[in-house]
Amino acid sequence: MEHIELFFKAIFIDNMVFATFLGMCSYLAVSKKVATAVGLGAAVIFVLAVTVPLNWLLDQYLLKEGALVWLGAEYAAYDLSFLSFIMFIATIATMVQLVEIVVEKFSPALYNSLGIFLPLIAVNCAILGGSLFMQSREIPNLGLALNYGISSGIGWFLAILAIAAIREKIRYSSVPPALRGLGITFILTGLMAIGFMSFGGMLTGEDEGNKKEIVKQAIQLDDDEVDEDDENKVVNENTTALNR
Amino acid sequence: MAEVAAKEKVVKAPKEALFSKKNRKLIIDPITDNNPITIQVLGICSALAITAQLQASIVMAISVIFVLGLGNVVISLMRNIIPPKIRIIVQLIVVATLVIIVDLVLKTFAYELSKTLSVFVGLIITNCIIMGRFEAFALANNPWKSFLDGIGNAAGYGIILIIVGFFRELLGSGTLLGLQVLGDPIEKTGLYAFGYENNGFMLLSPMALIVVGLIIWVQRSRNVALIEEH
Repeated sequence: MEHIELFFKAIFIDNMVFATFLGMCSYLAVSKKVATAVGLGAAVIFVLAVTVPLNWLLDQYLLKEGALVWLGAEYAAYDLSFLSFIMFIATIATMVQLVEIVVEKFSPALYNSLGIFLPLIAVNCAILGGSLFMQSREIPNLGLALNYGISSGIGWFLAILAIAAIREKIRYSSVPPALRGLGITFILTGLMAIGFMSFGGMLTGEDEGNKKEIVKQAIQLDDDEVDEDDENKVVNENTTALNR
Repeated sequence: MAEVAAKEKVVKAPKEALFSKKNRKLIIDPITDNNPITIQVLGICSALAITAQLQASIVMAISVIFVLGLGNVVISLMRNIIPPKIRIIVQLIVVATLVIIVDLVLKTFAYELSKTLSVFVGLIITNCIIMGRFEAFALANNPWKSFLDGIGNAAGYGIILIIVGFFRELLGSGTLLGLQVLGDPIEKTGLYAFGYENNGFMLLSPMALIVVGLIIWVQRSRNVALIEEH
């Protein structure tokens, strides 16, 4: 059950592109044609599915406070989490390089179709974002981490597929000249994001959308310390109440 | 080839002033006609998610100026000793180190704010502006020029961030940097006395995209040369 919940949540509610704006650069740059968009989307799913579980292991057994306890009791107090950026990005860059070599060796056809996208993925924010969100949401076990990697990849895939399809069609409409290309793509993405917000109530069944969205910017699921988070929420609710 | 390049360098070096016209162009161009966000389409990810408040936008802009300015210098200094095959990893390590510095400084001196920015400080690492400028500029130019280019591009990025943050905070919560510039919505003073309401919609993340879209529209209407062919 929690697998299914996480799966749909990562695809629709916390969609990488529409809810957190991750991977926007390649999303905008490579969405002119559906065929290339599919290639990049597939590569992103694949790399996320590999790197998120890997970084989960790193986080659990190396970086977290107390993670080094398997070395011996005297290491229990170490907290290396300030190193997580550098560790995560190193894993991602290495994995991308490795995946590139493996794919080239075993499936030249797939390699040719992915082509330049594989190296590009190392600097796709969606990949690092996947790992960082995995860390800040405190995903409890390896299976869920794998699930989170795959499903957020699928969410990204859906998003780029949708915008590529729209951009192929929009060629035939008369967009104001100054909006052509980038401008209209931004606005379309904004409208799609508003549409995706309606998935907010999907899992809970209640209307948490409005409150959650405003608070989300501020707390961004950083629940290192639960108390602090709750405090934050209260403060935020107060400010939103004030604004109304 | 190399000889010619070396000769050119020798000829060029003495007459290049510190703030020559060319060097000034390096800073000014990316702020206007070659803006990283609206023209080069780089670094959009982090630009949109944190612009609901002006303060967060400003801090993000300063962080990126720091990381890109310094990172460009470091990469430019190492440009001749980085093996081309592993340059991406080297670049990522340099950025990651700088970003860790920014993150720790923010956590120490502005804890609340660092909570607001959350993972997006970390995501400066994969901000395409940074890698894009390393690849396109720092690997081929001397440190001083790279520094100017870094500052210029980061400033261009920062300006868009601040514009978006300004409008979203002003229209969304009626405040600027937390000050209630439009009056008090509860006491019904200032604009609110005339029945003005905050547009909570502006605080939602999709509006950032639409605001950037509108900025692009304005910019390209004013400078027709920038218009794309679909």
